[in-house]
Amino acid sequence: MRRALLILAILVAQPLVADSNLPPAYWANRQLPDAAQEARAQALMAELRCLVCQGQSIADSDAELAGDMRDLVRRRIAAGERPSDIRAWLVQRYGSWISFKPTDEPAAWPLWLAPAVLLFAGAWLLRRRIRLRAKR
Amino acid sequence: MSRGLRLIPVVLLIWVIGGFAWRLIKPADPAIHSQLINRPVPAFVLPAALPDKPGLATADLATGEPRLLNVFASWCIPCAGETATLNELHRRGVRIDAIAVRDTPGAIRDFLDRHGDPYDRIGADERSNAQISLGSSGVPETFVIDGRGVMRHQYVGALTAANIPGVLRQMEEAR
Repeated sequence: MRRALLILAILVAQPLVADSNLPPAYWANRQLPDAAQEARAQALMAELRCLVCQGQSIADSDAELAGDMRDLVRRRIAAGERPSDIRAWLVQRYGSWISFKPTDEPAAWPLWLAPAVLLFAGAWLLRRRIRLRAKR
Repeated sequence: MSRGLRLIPVVLLIWVIGGFAWRLIKPADPAIHSQLINRPVPAFVLPAALPDKPGLATADLATGEPRLLNVFASWCIPCAGETATLNELHRRGVRIDAIAVRDTPGAIRDFLDRHGDPYDRIGADERSNAQISLGSSGVPETFVIDGRGVMRHQYVGALTAANIPGVLRQMEEAR
C-alpha cells in the first residue's frame, strides 16, 4: 500500500522546472536546407560559448538560450551574413570570452609567444648540457 | 647547474599552488556583464507582450528621463523574488519598462496579477533576440538607462531591497 502510494506520488509530482513557456526556436534544432550554409553555421556554433553552461559550446548545449543563439546564427547565415561578422557582433556584446577561438588581442600575445619562448629555453638548456658534457 | 636555476621549479610550484589557493579563497565571478555599458541601447522593436500594454522599442528608452529596463520572465523564480523591490522603486517614481523573455500573454498576466505590475511597457522577446542584442545572459537582469537612451549600469540577478538606494542614486546621476 505504502509503495503504491509512493509510486502514485512520484507519478503525480510535477518537477520544478526553470524552462520557459515557449517551445524551442524554429532553427534551434533544425538544419538549414542549404548544406554549405549549414556547415558554416555548425562551424561557428561549435566555437561560441553557451552563456548558461559557460563550459559548453552552443552547438552542444541544451539550454534554451543556446537554442535561441543557434536560431540567431542560422538565421543570419541564411540571410548571407559572414560567420566572422556574427562572431564580432556577439563579441561586441559579451566580450571575447564568448568565442572559443583564441583572439589576437595584445592580452593573448603571451599565449601565442609561449611555444616559441619555451622552445628557445629548451634549446638553450640542451646546448649548455651538451657543452658541459663535452668538457668533461 | 647554478643554484638560481635550481630554484626555478620551486618558485613555479609555489606560484601554481598560490594561484589555486587564491581562486579557492576568492572564486571567479560567474556573472556575465554586458560590454555595452555606456553605449546606446541597440536597435530592437518588440511587439506588445500583453493586449492592454504597449510593446517596447529602442526609441521608447530615450525619452529624456532615466528609465529602468527589466529583463524578466514569468517562468523565472528569482524574477518573482525581485518584484517587491521593483514595485517599491515604481512607488518612488522610477519609470520601469520590461522585456518578457520566451513568455506567453496568459502567463505574464498571471505573474503581474500575483506580484504587482510596475511596468510602463512590456515587449515580448520570443526568441531572446533583444536579450542577446543587449548583452544580457539570463533573467532577471536590470539596466539603468539615461535620458538619451544610453545604458549606464547593469544588475545581473534579482534586485533586493538593499539595491534600492544605489538604483535611486544611479537614476539621479543618469538624469
